Amino acid sequence: MTMTSATLDLAQLKAMHDDQPAMISRGYWRTVGARLSRDPVTLCFATVIAAIVLIALLAPWIAPKDPFKTSMAYRLKPMGFRDFLLGSDELGRDILSRLIWGGRTSLLMGLVPVAVALLIGGTLGVVAGYVGGGVNMLIMRLMDLFYAFPSILLAVAISGAMGGGMVNGMIALSMVFIPPICRVAESATTQVRGLDFVEAARASGGSTGSIIAHHVLGNVLGPVFIYASGLVSVSILIASGLSFLGLGVEPPTPDWGLMLSTLRQAIYVNPWVCALPGLAIFITSLSFNLVSDGLRQAMDIRM
Amino acid sequence: MWSYVLRRVLFAVPIALGVSMLCFGLIFLAPGNPMQLLLPADATAEAIEIIKKAYGFDKPIPLQYLAWLQKAVTGDLGLSIANRRPVLEEVLNALSNTVVLSLAAVTIAFSLAFVLGTIAAYFRGGVIDRGVTAMSVMGVSVPNYWLGMVLIIIFSVELGWLPATGMGAQGSTDFSLFNWENMKHAILPIFTLCMIPLGIIMRTTRSAVAEVLNLDFVQTLRAKGLGELAVVRHAVRNALPQVLAVMGLQFGYLMGGSILVETIFTWPGTGFLLHKAILTRDLPVLQGTILVLSLIFVAVNLIVDLAQTWVDPRIKRA
Repeated sequence: MTMTSATLDLAQLKAMHDDQPAMISRGYWRTVGARLSRDPVTLCFATVIAAIVLIALLAPWIAPKDPFKTSMAYRLKPMGFRDFLLGSDELGRDILSRLIWGGRTSLLMGLVPVAVALLIGGTLGVVAGYVGGGVNMLIMRLMDLFYAFPSILLAVAISGAMGGGMVNGMIALSMVFIPPICRVAESATTQVRGLDFVEAARASGGSTGSIIAHHVLGNVLGPVFIYASGLVSVSILIASGLSFLGLGVEPPTPDWGLMLSTLRQAIYVNPWVCALPGLAIFITSLSFNLVSDGLRQAMDIRM
Repeated sequence: MWSYVLRRVLFAVPIALGVSMLCFGLIFLAPGNPMQLLLPADATAEAIEIIKKAYGFDKPIPLQYLAWLQKAVTGDLGLSIANRRPVLEEVLNALSNTVVLSLAAVTIAFSLAFVLGTIAAYFRGGVIDRGVTAMSVMGVSVPNYWLGMVLIIIFSVELGWLPATGMGAQGSTDFSLFNWENMKHAILPIFTLCMIPLGIIMRTTRSAVAEVLNLDFVQTLRAKGLGELAVVRHAVRNALPQVLAVMGLQFGYLMGGSILVETIFTWPGTGFLLHKAILTRDLPVLQGTILVLSLIFVAVNLIVDLAQTWVDPRIKRA
């Protein structure tokens, strides 16, 4: 972009800034779309994610049975027993229905913390990167502290101290993801801030708010979003892990991690039925991982 | 070089202090008053006063922290609420069991991943390369607590070859390398823990070796008539420091993140201790275990950083 031409006056320059979000043009997204359409793996797993989300959303209509209905007579039945397609659990509840309903809590526990961290960590990072100096120092050193904990340990520490429960688990996970997202946002902002076109916008009298909104965010959101999308898979894994440890979702709410933990006792009765919730976690996490990788390649973002 | 070492070590001090602050702060996250955990529900006002004084809860929080830190530095992490034993003793007993698992897992993962990653980098786009890429994605996507369960189902429940849980015959908690019973119990947990570092180290090796193979000096090596094996050896030596660093960090992650796998296998390490502490709301043990594990993680990071500077003189840290 050649915006600093001497022949343009200030008003023209400003008008250009206002209607041109920096660097992202329609051609870019067309290229990204074209790259994605040639990437069968990403498309295939994106379909898997769409299917999982759809099944979770439609749970009340497609689940064959009531996921909460217990029955002492039908405890721990194998796959295909009567109308228990995937068997029943230790309280006689239908496993297929619980898997379908469990997708809701598991997806929620995976997505919400990343979204919250994206908002908080992203804002902190952009502020730290744009303002620089002492503010940057303060925010980034604070984030360094959280890096001194392996992520699972940090999540377990926070939710372990606060006590179980879905909300506490989501708070703990958000805390885990804020520092890495903040770091990515900070480094992207610092890079963009020094570029000529931002300097030009500043020289032509753009306010801090409009420069961040029009010039910085356009270049920072891409990498930050892609990075965050890669965290969804981690979030699903840790969230289910927390529920597995008794720290996340509380019974009798159906959740994949929690199901895995209660079915564990039945491992000698119906071994393969017990492994099903974990398979659901694995497929979901794998899909999010691959789609995030595919998106990153298509958007040509290097971390 | 030495000034860098000194500064890097000094930099670890505020981090360690910050970590201790966060660990100290954990008790304030707990719902209700921390004293409720130490007292029976029907405690008299007098008893509450005594406990308050004894634990320093009547002082402002910064002073409470300093008093706690002073004790922690001398190795006094308080007493476990569950069994009234010193927390540090409990943690240290469990620690060696976690070290055994993590060290074995990371060593096996490294040897396997380094060979496979190098082959993948050399034959880029080939069958092995694609297999390696697929395996690394699987490695980081699989919930390892579930993988542990699947392994138990296969090797304990269905085949009956290996024990499912515990560490030895009579619930022993002291691991010995020369005790076959102990070793047998360690195989499945080690294999389970292997998966994540295997995937990550493989990915790192592949990209590091591939990058070196693209450098100009490799062309020179070929031009002077060196055999392909010797060329690969040069590439590997150049990529090694980076891969070793990743391996070191993975060891740190395994040490701190072993709670799920240890819980599945009821392996008496720090993760299992942590889980017990959570279930019984034993806050001193929770706090102490997390403090020790995170300080180890800080130390591992420091050592990896210093080792990398030492091994690879190209990394000039001003």
